[in-house]
Amino acid sequence: MAKYGKDPRAIGGLVRDAEVHRDVYVDPEVFDLEMEHLFPNSWIYVGHASQLSKAGDFITANIGRQPVVASRHTDGSIHLFYNRCPHKGVKIASEPCGNTGKFFRCPYHAWSFKTDGSLLAIPLKKGYEGTGFTDTQANDGLSRIKNVVVYRDFIFARLSENGVGFEDYFGESLSTIDNMVDRSPEGKLAIEATPIRYMHTCNWKMLVENQTDTCHPMVAHESSAGTAIKVWQREQGDSKETPMAVQLYGPFMSPYEFYEQSGIRIWPNGHGHTGVANSIHSNYSDVEGYLGQMVAAYGEKRAHEILGEVRHNTVYFPNIMVKGAVQILRNFIPIAVDRTLVESWVYRLVGAPEKLYERALMYNRFINAPTSIVGHDDLEMYERAQEGLKTNGNQWVNLRRLYERGEEPDVTAVINGTSERQMRNQFHAWAKYMTMDMDQPVEAAE
Amino acid sequence: MISEKTITDFIYREADLLDTMQWQAWLDLFHPEGRYWMPLEWQQQDPVLQPSLMYEDLLLMKVRIERLAGERTFSQKPKSRCHHLLQAPQILVCDPAAGVFKARTSFLYTETRGDALERFSGWASHDLVQVGDELKIRLKRIDLVNFDAPFGNIQLFM
Repeated sequence: MAKYGKDPRAIGGLVRDAEVHRDVYVDPEVFDLEMEHLFPNSWIYVGHASQLSKAGDFITANIGRQPVVASRHTDGSIHLFYNRCPHKGVKIASEPCGNTGKFFRCPYHAWSFKTDGSLLAIPLKKGYEGTGFTDTQANDGLSRIKNVVVYRDFIFARLSENGVGFEDYFGESLSTIDNMVDRSPEGKLAIEATPIRYMHTCNWKMLVENQTDTCHPMVAHESSAGTAIKVWQREQGDSKETPMAVQLYGPFMSPYEFYEQSGIRIWPNGHGHTGVANSIHSNYSDVEGYLGQMVAAYGEKRAHEILGEVRHNTVYFPNIMVKGAVQILRNFIPIAVDRTLVESWVYRLVGAPEKLYERALMYNRFINAPTSIVGHDDLEMYERAQEGLKTNGNQWVNLRRLYERGEEPDVTAVINGTSERQMRNQFHAWAKYMTMDMDQPVEAAE
Repeated sequence: MISEKTITDFIYREADLLDTMQWQAWLDLFHPEGRYWMPLEWQQQDPVLQPSLMYEDLLLMKVRIERLAGERTFSQKPKSRCHHLLQAPQILVCDPAAGVFKARTSFLYTETRGDALERFSGWASHDLVQVGDELKIRLKRIDLVNFDAPFGNIQLFM
């Protein structure tokens, strides 16, 4: 029985000022609606241009549930298509990445397509003469996604033909991507490593909310970060320098006051970040030679500006998180209402010392891997929530920390770092992007 | 004198210590510079500048083991258990004169927690060194057959 259907009022009713109904996490119908509306209406991260360095290179991804393929054409341009042959629907690319040469060739009946998606050849083409084939969508080749923006090598796409433009959608939030790219002395990032993949049996939004949840680390991660500190204090002996590993784990145990003063910044359309004044990434050891490279590339003042911006987690609504200071992007890929694939990517700062890349890779396996002692307790919380939310005794999730009556949606503001306002910000955007293509949307796009 | 049988017995005992959760005795099998490595790429060469699932020294392994017993280790309520099923180790090098001992062992590994059971297949590679009369682990490397697949929590040692 459809409870929500295409009824914007019912969907809007799931989101109160500072509470959300549990159905946003547990109801398969709401998940289906997210796949049909929220994901197509939003700008979704597809991949990075460094994964498409040569003509014929391709990567595959999913936007919501829909498989897509991005390719580098012979003229250097990047194109994005739905990943299906126009003939029988067979996926034309089945691997995460590769090089297809001069054309894609469907393995079923050998229809082939140029790397800009146009139809190249069909065997026994004569059999289509006079059949009206040229009037069908198949004649146009691979179905193309028009709204694609490559921003500083980050490839984003919006499936819906109409909607909010890229610049309006992201606005000033792009400053986190800018900062991550600027941290390379050459202003360039490269993906060289396969992502760490981690399957979560929970709703994708729990992961997104957790990125700006600063009241959980000292509780949920006491067992990992707290133990790391304890073991190091016991074993350090005469060591003067704290090992990189302890530097990465330790700050998770920072007290509430630390997070309160470090602040949260929110932006319109559900984006926001923790760590405004400083962050858990602020006190890592300097890497020899790096500052010199940055000063040579950008000048003294600008280099310090770039390295002084040490944001913690930036959520790009709906489903990625970027850590500029450690060059990591986490992609929270929805599989089902209670199943989320997390792919955590590391970018190499081109031209920077290897030590920084080593640190980013170390951080990624410490925090984002299925073998991560930090991840273990996070996943435990999500799984327990996924179960607990089935109870009928209380059907609402409480997001009221530091809520102020009359809080305005879709603004830019810096607030206390333990506020749950970024979660409220996300859910405001959620209701908006879920319904903006329905009659009587919850809120018209600005 | 270290023989091929000494190496095989060592590997069986190592797995047994993990299965019976004798963590301290297991840690004692490692050389002070020992490492536990789970690569994330096929025939991976570099544990540091290529991505790994785990690459841990004794300090990090101690953190892991101490955490398992922690009062607030929520992901261990209930606790995990594990089971190693090993094929006979293939001895790659047994050179007492040079002090080099290497073996590769095909395994099936099971980790359970509550009602959940996960099974993994792969190869364990042991680089061992002789310290006094004993063997110690310089490197234990775990290559899963599906290293590139997404897993849920893996909380114990393979």
